This record gives sequence, structure tokens and C-alpha cells, in this order.
Amino acid sequence: MEPVKNTKDRITWHKACHVEDIPADGGGCALIEGKQIAIFNFSRRGEWYATDNMCPHRQQMAVARGMIGSQEGEPKVACPFHKKTFSLRSGQCLNDEAYSINTFPVMVKENQVYIGL
Amino acid sequence: METQKTVQIVVVGNGMVGYKFCEKLLAKQKNNHDFAITVFGEEPRVAYDRVHLSAFFAGKTADDLTLAPADWYTENGIRLFLSDPVVDIDREEKLVRSHHGHVVHYDYLVMATGSGAFVPSIPGVEKDGVFVYRTIEDLELILSYAKKAKKGAVLGGGLLGLEAAKALLDLGLQEAHVVEFAPRLMPRQIDDAGSRMLQSQLESLGLNIHLGKSTQEIKGGDCIEGMQFADNSFLDVDMLVISAGIRPRDELAKIASLETHPRGGIIVDDQLRTSDPHIFAIGECALAHHMIYGLIAPGYEMADVVVTNLIGGEKSFSPFDMSTKLKLIGTDVASFGDPFIEEPACRTIRYENKAKGVYKRINVSEDGKQLLGGILVGDADQYNMLLQTCKSKTILPPDSEDLILGSRGGEEAGAGVMSFPDDALICSCEAVTKGMLCHEVGENGHTTIDAIKKCCKAGTGCGGCLPMVKDIIQGVLKEKGVYVRNVICEHFDHSRQELLDLVKMNGIRTYNGVLDHFGHGDGCETCKPLVGSILASLWNENILEKDRATIQDSNDRYLANIQKGGTYSVVPRIPGGEITPEKLIVIGQVAQKYGMYTKITGGQRIDLFGAHLNDLPDIWEELINAGFESGHAYGKSLRTVKSCVGSTWCRFGVQDSVSFAIEVEDRYKGLRSPHKLKSAVSGCVRECAEAQSKDFGIIATEKGWNLYVCGNGGSKPQHAQLIATDVDSATCLKLIDRFLMFYIKTADPLTRTATWLNKMEGGINYLKAVVVDDVLGIADQLEVEMQALIDVYKCEWKEVVENPELRKRFSHFVNAPVKDPTVQFETMRDQKRVKEWA
Ligand code: SRM
Ligand SMILES: Cc1cc2nc3c(=O)[nH]c(=O)nc-3n(C[C@H](O)[C@H](O)[C@H](O)COP(=O)(O)OP(=O)(O)OC[C@H]3O[C@@H](n4cnc5c(N)ncnc54)[C@H](O)[C@@H]3O)c2cc1C
Ligand code: SF4
Ligand code: FES
Repeated sequence: MEPVKNTKDRITWHKACHVEDIPADGGGCALIEGKQIAIFNFSRRGEWYATDNMCPHRQQMAVARGMIGSQEGEPKVACPFHKKTFSLRSGQCLNDEAYSINTFPVMVKENQVYIGL
Repeated sequence: METQKTVQIVVVGNGMVGYKFCEKLLAKQKNNHDFAITVFGEEPRVAYDRVHLSAFFAGKTADDLTLAPADWYTENGIRLFLSDPVVDIDREEKLVRSHHGHVVHYDYLVMATGSGAFVPSIPGVEKDGVFVYRTIEDLELILSYAKKAKKGAVLGGGLLGLEAAKALLDLGLQEAHVVEFAPRLMPRQIDDAGSRMLQSQLESLGLNIHLGKSTQEIKGGDCIEGMQFADNSFLDVDMLVISAGIRPRDELAKIASLETHPRGGIIVDDQLRTSDPHIFAIGECALAHHMIYGLIAPGYEMADVVVTNLIGGEKSFSPFDMSTKLKLIGTDVASFGDPFIEEPACRTIRYENKAKGVYKRINVSEDGKQLLGGILVGDADQYNMLLQTCKSKTILPPDSEDLILGSRGGEEAGAGVMSFPDDALICSCEAVTKGMLCHEVGENGHTTIDAIKKCCKAGTGCGGCLPMVKDIIQGVLKEKGVYVRNVICEHFDHSRQELLDLVKMNGIRTYNGVLDHFGHGDGCETCKPLVGSILASLWNENILEKDRATIQDSNDRYLANIQKGGTYSVVPRIPGGEITPEKLIVIGQVAQKYGMYTKITGGQRIDLFGAHLNDLPDIWEELINAGFESGHAYGKSLRTVKSCVGSTWCRFGVQDSVSFAIEVEDRYKGLRSPHKLKSAVSGCVRECAEAQSKDFGIIATEKGWNLYVCGNGGSKPQHAQLIATDVDSATCLKLIDRFLMFYIKTADPLTRTATWLNKMEGGINYLKAVVVDDVLGIADQLEVEMQALIDVYKCEWKEVVENPELRKRFSHFVNAPVKDPTVQFETMRDQKRVKEWA
């Protein structure tokens, strides 16, 4: 299940963690190639998402600790610091146009979670 | 009225109202010679300002008080006879005859004879040294007699009596007494509580007040030497001012056989006409609507009514508002509307602050919509606003107590934040004013918090203004007539209170369960913590178990306060602020071992800052082994119960405040609620624990405890209000159980008790009725529900420490056992601090 199209020519899939490592309807942070990636198990929708772990608002490494949910159907995550919310699909900040984060494709295979960089 | 020939007007009495009549008639007549006015005055001087008569003692001269000089009358063609009272009226020939023998014809006669002091028939009133207080002559007599007097009294504790008493003080008498027959001061204007407040203010200025005293005799030879009372007591005084009320001057009217009232006053109709249609009566001599209006404003209004009718207009005198505001001896006293109406005909809200000498009372209609009247003592700043609200029958905001407590947050009364001025700063982080927000909501249609955050950034900083932003959105929508339901968010069409009831009735214990049953979609950062709080308040199960961890807000998620840089703080519970040296040592050791910054908090405990997420379970394990428990510094739950040292050490303490604070803290620890809860227990009235700034505060009395509720520090400080006095410990806890449970069940999310109360219809009286008097009949249930929560309390950190599954969640990376390498610290005063963020 990999609906997100990456613009890069080639995606390298990195094994991040076991599905159990990410709480249902919550997130966790994986260290991949020295980069902090937030991974979300949106089990209510049966979807997985991955974004930068760093919130651009105050450069805090905390997006993975945020609450996820939806806004008019758009899946989103709220940074725990000041509740900037970001679309999990596009990375666009939904309550402050000035900000956005990177999103990454996620692949789940045999209970392992892979992130495409 | 004919305008061809000049109409002859004769005015009897050159007092305040008689003068005002002349002034108005001159101003309003269409042609200069429509009216010819003749005025007879009994007093030797032209009309003066009787209302400010007392200023005479403060150095004002008779000239200063004069309303218009004698020249004014001449210039305006008014014939004025002073020291020349009218002694007879020939109604058939329409003639008046004065004491000096002037006979003048009138087409219309205006009686403005005012009133005189009422002197009760007490034996001895004729003695030297007994005075009345009405004219400049009276004051001159008092002034000269006071030079040889030492102790003075005033008979009558009404408006004028208190003014007279103040005058006695100013005249330098050694003692000044006020003797009042009624059980309270100013019985026509204020109630018992207001009177008590006024009394203590006046006493502090050196007046001696004697209430409920019936004077039987004025003792002495030629001169007064004392007053004998019915209760056999005696007051030693050498001068007395009688101010026992007024008696309308209707003796001339009686001679002329005009209709008068047996208890005094010339009877007039709505046009102020006496029983003779050519004779009017105005001012304090007139009895309109069965009453004498003893104030200047209705007198002036009467003058206006007669003038209007004389010049051919139509106007009648309607029942006049007797509202008054005065400064008595430096103390504001005001009453308006119907000050005395009592429950159950209305709801009465009272505010009393003995330290400041302030008493306020408002009477609100049964349905809470209208202001019926009220009393203000000590602080009458809100008088005009209240009077307007009362007179114009303005619909009141639900939190009508704001009307008198408005000054709390510096805001004027009204619908909370909607009554703020447009330039009021709502979001101080982003400098967004109320006006800007109203514009975004009203003009640009940004009607959700998210939309507001986006368009003007309000609420995107610390978020502390979000409740106000929400109120403004709702306020503007309401003003536009849009019906707004207080729903949680797009995922739940319920209010918090509704949802709590639903969850409870259905016994649901998980977030997804709640969302499936009563909501739709996937939830969000608004409804998740809200449901988390409801679940915790209802069942008190570990907030991280089942699917509940990921619905918790930032701090609750990791049972610690997240800091700049992403580290956390650790605050162990230190009930009542009491701690053994052994435990202090453990805190020090733990802080040292994990490299944490330590600080004594404002809540009498110790905060350890800068813990890595990964270290939290280990830190807590060590603390728990030493006997500590979670302090819930991260939760919307009970924080601290501060205490002062109390009777165990303090020389003033009357109860053991530390023991009780510990008992209270242990009872409610871990209790989750719509917002955080703080408490304090003080050992005596000195209030070292600052209990009155807490959500519930307890202050020791000789007999037990006084319980205060709904106080707040923070950005909008508010004092807690007293709901029970002298209760024993068990009763006190019972009342707190009910209070807290009622709050938990009915408050909006993230609403502190103070704000909850401010928005509550019926205010503190209602809350008290529910909590103390149990008018809703729910007290037992509330107590049972509270006990159930207390019974299942467990330290949530202990559970995490002992549960490997939960423990595993406390790690920054899911795929590496290392701490967040981006966290950076600096050193400051020998401790570490986090690096400033960009
Ligand atoms: C540590 C402490 C300051 C200190 O160094 O003394 C503190 C620190 C914080 N306060 Fe406070 N408050 C502290 C005492 C107070 C007090 C004083 C008191 O409790 O006697 C007040 C005013 C009293 C009151 O609450 O009515 C206070 C009013 C606030 C408010 C404003 C609440 C309001 O109703 O306006 C907030 C914001 C909020 O809760 O929404 C707040 C929020 C915070 C938070 C939790 C902000 C946050 O979410 O990160 C701060 C972080 C604590 C941390 O990281 O550990 N803190 N805070 C105090 C901890 C006391 C304790 O032992 O638990
Ligand atoms: C000390 C004091 C303080 C007061 N403070 C306040 C206050 O704070 N607020 C307030 O609203 N009110 C106050 N009042 C009341 C207010 O002064 C009266 O309501 C007002 O003066 C009434 O005006 P009037 O013209 O009807 O009567 P008056 O001012 O009494 O004038 C009547 C005049 O008619 C004269 N007269 C009587 N009979 C005859 C006759 N046959 N022929 C000719 N002349 C005659 C009298 O001598 C007198 O000069 C106070 C009064 C006093 C004494
Ligand atoms: S409140 Fe009273 S009893 Fe407590 S420390 Fe202060 S003075 Fe002592
Ligand atoms: S750091 Fe993420 S919202 Fe401020």
C-alpha cells in the first residue's frame, strides 16, 4: 500500500521499525540516515504517514509526539508545542500558511515499516 | 393657555425648586413678556444650594452656595420679596398677601414651600443646644454654639443626619454620636448589610453610632445636658442636631383650604395641580403619587412639568426614580431601582469586602434577565452603569454578578469579553485586539478558531487567549443573530457537559468507543484531550492505557511538562509543602544523577527540569522508591494544596493547617477535571497560604474552617468567594466533594473554576445553593461519585514504572536506544538551562 507519489526519480526504502513500535492512532520517531522521521499509524483510517520530526515553527523535534486527527477529512498532526497542525498528506500547515513540513512515503511489509527517502 | 396678555405667575418659596421653576420658565417662554413673575421667599437670602449645605462648614460662604445672585432676578424682570413669607391666599380673587402686607394678583400660583425639619415631640427639644439642619441660619447657630460644646449628637441616622454628624466632627467636637431609632443607618436607602459596612466605615472615622435607640427625654436645665433612652441608657452630650426626617411645609395650603395629606404634603395630580386648578405645588411640599420626593432631581423635574404645561405643552410627572448616589464622609453610598426587593421575588447577588469597606447588592429579576435595583456602599463607581441598566431594562448577561464584580478583571460589566473596548488586547503574543477579532469574525467570516489562527495568528502563541477568542467568535455570531451551539469541534456535535453525560450513561472507556458512538470522522487535537479528560474524570483509570495515550495533550501524553527543546520536567507531589530531610536528599540525588535543573516552585514543591524523555521512567522509579508520587504538574488535575505552617508552630495559628492541607491534597490527588485545580489552607485570617486565590481555599477560624471557592491567579486574578463558615473538617471535605464534582460535570473544557462561575447563571448564590443547600437534590450523588474516584486512585507514574509496555513508550526513537541528540543545554548560575529557541 503506497499511494503517495514521490517526485524523486528513485525512492530508497529504509526499514524504520516494527508496526507495533508505533502506537495506534499515534506517532513515533525513527532515526534514518541521521534524519529524524515522524511516523504515524493512523489505524482508524488504516493509513500510515511519515513527515519531518522537526516542527518548523520553533525548530522543535516533536512532531511525532503530536496528536493526529482530521480536518474536513484531511489527515493532520498537531505539534505538541503550539498546536500548529500539518496535513499528513501534503505537509502544509493548516492553521498558518507560512509553514510546511516534508512528507515521505510509507510502505508496510510483513509487519515492518519502511520509509522512502 | 392664552398668549395675548401677560400671564401673572406668583411663586411662593425661593428655595431650590422655586428658583429652578423661574429659570426654566424664562428659558422656555416663547416671547419675553408672556409671563410676569413674582417670588416670595421666607428666608433672608436668595435661593441657594441646599444640597451642598454642609459645604458651609467646610468654608464655603453663603455667596458660594447661591444659585443666582439677586441681580439675576432684577435683570429678568422678576419681582423678588425676601424675608417676606406669604401668609394668606384668596383663591376666589386670586390674590396672595405677604407678611409685610404686599398683595399680588396671580393667574397661576406655584407653591414651592419645600419642607422643614421634622422635630419629634420629645420632652426637652426646646432646650438651648438643640438644633435642626436645614438652612444657612441653622448652620450659623450650630457653628457658634459648637465653640463651647464638647460632645455632640445627631438624632437620626439618615442621609441628612450623617451629613450633620460629619459636620460635628469637622467642627472639632471631641465626641460625635449618631442616634438612630431604626436598627440600621439610612434605612430608606440601604439594607442591613450595607448599613453594617457603612457603620464600620463611619466608626473608623471616629463617629459613635447607636442603633435601635428610642430617645425618651432631652435632659438638662436651660441647656441640653444629655439624652435619656427608653432602654434606660443615657448619652452625655451638650449639643444635639435633630435630623429625624422632613415635614412638608403645607401650613399655607391648609389655610387656603387646599387638599393636603393628613401626614403632610399638598396633594397634586400628574400635572402637579393642587385641588385648585390655578394653583400648582412642586418640590418637597408636594405629595405626588402618594409620596414626598425628598430629593432635588424629582423637584427639578416637577418644575419642568409645570413650566411645560404653562407654555402650552403637555407633560406629566411620572413616578420618579429615587436612585441616589452620595459621598457621605468620604464613603460612597448609592441605591437605585428597588433596593430592598427580596428573594423569592428576585435573585439577590451580594458582594462584601470588609477589608475594603465595600458592600454591593444587586437584585435581579427571577428569570435573571433584568436588573431591578441595588445598593452600593464603599464603591459606587458602577452606579451610573447600573442605573442605566436598571432604568433601560437592558437584558442582562448570564453572569450578572459581573455587574458588581466587574472591577475584578478591570472589565466593565456586561457580556464578559464582549463588553471589552475594541482596543483591548486579547492575544498578547500576536498583538491582536478585540476589535481586530470582531472584524475577522463579523466582516471576513472567520468563525472558527482555526480560521482565526490562520487569518490573524491570534492564539498561535501561548494559546492562553483561546477561550476569549472563542467567546468573541460566539459573541459576534450571537450579535448577528446566528444561533451558536457550544459544540466541541467538527467531530462532536455536543457540548462537553452533554458528552460527559452520554459517556457516563453508556459506560464507555475508550476514545474510539466515544467517537464511534457519539462522534464522526477521526477526531482532532481539540476533542481528543477533551474526551481524555472526561474519561479520566469519570473512571479515573490510567490515562495511558487502552487507546488513551495518543489522545492526551502534550504533557499528559508523557506524564510530564514538555519544555523548550523537547525535554521534560519532573514534579513529585509534596503534599501541603511538607517534606522530610530524607526526601529532600533523594530529590537532590536524583537531580544530580540525571543532570537536572532544580527550582522551588510557586506551589511549594520542587521542580526538576531538563529530563530526557528516555530518562523519565528511571527518574520516577527512583522517586517512587523513596515514597514520592506523581505531582500531576502536567495534568488538568489537582496541583498543589498549599499550606501555611499553622497552629503547630505559628503563634497566631488557630487550626492545624498543614495536617488539613495534606489531608485535602491526599484526598483529591490525581483527580482529573476540565482544567487544573489548586487549593490552599491557611491557619488563620492572616492568610499566608493565599487560599483566596485558589479554586478552593480554606481558612481556619476559631470554630473550624471557612471555605472559599472559584478563586484564580494567572492572567485574570480573581478572589475566591466564601460559601461556608465555621464548618468542621468533615463537612468541609463534603462541600469540596460536591463543589468539585459539580464543576467537573458542568464546566466547559479548559475552563478554570473562576471562569466557570463567572459564566454561571445565578452566580455564586446559585453555586452556593447547589453545593451547600442542595437545591438540586444532587449532593448525595456528587459525594458518591467523588468517593468512587478517590477509591480507585493510583499513582499513574508508579503504574508506568511497573508496566514494561507503557515504559517502552518513553523513548525518543523507536529504532534506536539513544536520547534526542539535538537537545542542547547551556550553563547558568551553576545549573544547566535549555538553549534558547529560534
Ligand atoms: C513551575 C511553576 C513555576 C515556578 O517555577 O514556580 C509553573 C510552571 C508552569 N505553569 Fe504555572 N507554574 C507554577 C505555579 C503557578 C501559579 C502559582 C500557584 O499555583 O500558586 C499560578 C497562578 C495560580 C493559578 O493557577 O490560579 C500559575 C498559573 C499558570 C497558568 C495560568 C492559569 C490561569 O488560570 O490563568 C498557566 C497556563 C494554563 O494552565 O493554561 C500555567 C502553566 C504553567 C506551565 C505548566 C506551562 C506549560 O504547560 O508548560 C509551566 C511549566 C511547568 C513545567 O514545565 O514544569 N501556570 N502557575 C509553578 C508550579 C507549581 C507547582 O508546584 O505545581
Ligand atoms: C443638609 C441637606 C442635604 C441634602 N442633600 C441632598 C442630596 O445630597 N441630594 C438630594 O437630592 N437632595 C438633598 N437634600 C434635599 C434637597 O435640598 C431638597 O430636596 C430641595 O432643597 C427641595 O427644594 P424645595 O425648593 O422644594 O425646598 P426648599 O429648598 O426647602 O425651599 C423651600 C423654600 O420655601 C420657603 N418657604 C416656605 N414657606 C414659605 C412661605 N409661606 N412663603 C415664602 N417662602 C416660604 C422656605 O423658607 C424655603 O426657603 C438635602 C437637604 C439638606 C437640608
Ligand atoms: S496564616 Fe496564620 S497560622 Fe498560618 S502561618 Fe500565617 S499567621 Fe501563622
Ligand atoms: S514548535 Fe511546533 S508549533 Fe511551535
